Amino acid sequence: MKTLLLALLAAVTGWTQALTYERILHPTKEPANWLTYSGNYAGHRHSPLQEINETNVSKLKVAWVYQTNSLQKFETSPIVVDGIMYISEPPSNVAAIDTRSGRALWRYRRQLPDDPRVCCGQVNRGVAVLGDLVYVGTIDAHLLALDARTGAVRWDTVVADYKLGYSITVAPLAVKDKVIIGVAGGEYGARGFLDAYDARTGKPSWRFWTVPGPGEPGNETWKGDSWKMGAADTWVTGAFDPATNLIYWGTGNPGPDWNGDVRLGDNLYSDSLIAVDADTGKLKWHFQFTPHDVHDWDATEVPVLVDGEVRGEKRKLLLFPNRNAFYYVLDRVTGQFLLGKPYAKQTWAKGLDDRGRPIRFEGTTPTLQGVKVWPSVAGANNWYSPSYSPLTNLFYVAVRDSGSVYYTGEAVYKPGERFDGGGYRAIAGEEEQGFVRAYKPATGDLAWEYKLHSAPWSGVLSTAGNLVFGATNEGQIFALNARTGAPLWRFQATSLLVRSNPIAYAVDGKQYIAMAMGNSLYAFTLD
Amino acid sequence: MIPVLLWFLFQAPPTLDLPRVDQNPFTTSEDIALGQKLYNGRCAGCHGLTGDGGKGANLAVPALPRARTDLALYRIVRYGLPETEMPATLLAPQEVWQISAFVRSLGSSPNQGAKGDPAKGEQLVLGTRGGCLQCHAIALQGGRMGPALTDIGAKRSPGHLRRKLLEPAAEITESFRLATVVTKAGARITGVRLNEDPFSLQLRDFSDTMHSFFKDQLASVNVERRTTMPSYKNRLTDAEIDDTVAYLLSLRGNLP
Repeated sequence: MKTLLLALLAAVTGWTQALTYERILHPTKEPANWLTYSGNYAGHRHSPLQEINETNVSKLKVAWVYQTNSLQKFETSPIVVDGIMYISEPPSNVAAIDTRSGRALWRYRRQLPDDPRVCCGQVNRGVAVLGDLVYVGTIDAHLLALDARTGAVRWDTVVADYKLGYSITVAPLAVKDKVIIGVAGGEYGARGFLDAYDARTGKPSWRFWTVPGPGEPGNETWKGDSWKMGAADTWVTGAFDPATNLIYWGTGNPGPDWNGDVRLGDNLYSDSLIAVDADTGKLKWHFQFTPHDVHDWDATEVPVLVDGEVRGEKRKLLLFPNRNAFYYVLDRVTGQFLLGKPYAKQTWAKGLDDRGRPIRFEGTTPTLQGVKVWPSVAGANNWYSPSYSPLTNLFYVAVRDSGSVYYTGEAVYKPGERFDGGGYRAIAGEEEQGFVRAYKPATGDLAWEYKLHSAPWSGVLSTAGNLVFGATNEGQIFALNARTGAPLWRFQATSLLVRSNPIAYAVDGKQYIAMAMGNSLYAFTLD
Repeated sequence: MIPVLLWFLFQAPPTLDLPRVDQNPFTTSEDIALGQKLYNGRCAGCHGLTGDGGKGANLAVPALPRARTDLALYRIVRYGLPETEMPATLLAPQEVWQISAFVRSLGSSPNQGAKGDPAKGEQLVLGTRGGCLQCHAIALQGGRMGPALTDIGAKRSPGHLRRKLLEPAAEITESFRLATVVTKAGARITGVRLNEDPFSLQLRDFSDTMHSFFKDQLASVNVERRTTMPSYKNRLTDAEIDDTVAYLLSLRGNLP
């Protein structure tokens, strides 16, 4: 009787029971929802919804706008579960929004200390949902579980001491009965790690240090004690493959960013993709894209898992268009390097050897006076998401094309103080370029490109309506034909930069596109 | 009780994370040194390593006109200045304070003053020899193709003004880029680009008329990296350049 009542209630309100791991594993069974950061564990950011499609997208209109109470950058990627959208708002707040009306159901506000350590704004990229809990990391490096019905704090776990330079900006990833969370702090020498917590209780489950300690393999790639402040932080949400039971996560720059002399060696596992066992956190394999990085090229992009054919052989692949301007294809079972080639202007490497290690040009190391190198410090790609469509078998990436002047400086470590060892400037007179590009996943061959006005800060979403959605620095959201790149629709939403990732969901049988733009979250739908 | 609590939550004001003190709490020599490191990476590109300006304002002055108080300076470093090229920074509060402390320290070694005669400079600027008002405005007099000079003396250093007179093309202000568009109907319009995105472009032509274009209605768009400002290298003598700089430095606008 009780079950029947619940089902009835669910049918009436559209709000059903708790979100299980099984449901997150099979998002295509419920295309109306957006259950995890990238839509699925494979990092695809693709929606099977097709009500909005290439023939009618020109009629897309604003359904509602939800404005935040903050002037910080708004980078959230929403989660939608059964008619309710869960978002983070900067600096460390959370809201549950009714997806029909755009009205808030509850808001959680975090009291933060006055002295946070953040390189790049008090931002947050989203929440995770599992069971009846909503998870969010905070600028003062806590992980919280909130009651999905009320926003009340159910548990609050200290992940790290923010006074040592740690913060959390990444959206957590809920896998099985655990919540996976990374940290930021690459400009403060905050030694990186990836953590798992028990989703019900918040108790620590496992930790993988991305900078190995003494006696562990890889510690010898750091001169002296430099591993202690080696950074390699984990500030962008990774992917998970239930078949390999591996969590794939990118790691950030070694600390200090631009002075490599104080940390001679390859500096493992900075600028790497790490594959760790989802149950134990044990490292299965790693691949380092930029050994001994001196340009701040974090490998904190979203890994995308697809199956494809490489040189006549079917493989389980991991696609990774890196901030260092090389497009990588790895075997996600073994970590084997399969392909790597430049996909934006780069002047730092002659190429990659047959194991994927860069062959560097002389004269690209930062100097006191500054040295011009492409790509820029923000890279050819960054934290915002790419998208893979199984319908077109194309991989969509918002590409940045620009350079920087890099210079080095002294690097003296003091706990909790900025530890970057230099800096960067724009190249005077350089016109930065930006594109949305469609690549053939296994080869990195270009299928089409759509030119933007400037190097973008927003990710892309593909949908089964044969569409790719993206956004510009000039405040527009746009839709392109997924097969040709032809522009089909646009909307001017804000005078501010757009720095977020779009999603799709449906409620009452109507499809919506949602995206944080400027200081507001917009939802679009057909009439 | 619950409705009251909810009402309170929903009425919370927008967060402008300004510090709770009016005076810079981070002014030790160590803070200034840390501030300089941050400044070199984030500010020096426009303001110069010694603060004497470039495309950014001259900071090596005893009193910053827009930042008379520490809190005003904090606000500018943190949030930038709307409608200028001064961007917001995303540094932590103590780092904003440290940069502010370094910027204040720049004013204790001000640029050397101008050696010319401002009265002679005024005649050159306003008269036909300089012809500056064809494109620049002082108060409400003059043109709009170039930046207004009303308060240029408060914003730019003598060295920067001199460089600009001699080599105007060396640094083009992003907000004064020249654009020429050709419409599909064949009309050609040139002016100052006011804004641009992938889909549209707005410009103001030489007769001060504003134009708005959607790019799909244009045959071509050409945004140039040149300036219509002539070099005064061979037009004015060295002494006259000094006079012109001295006059420009005297223009301090009507700032509060």
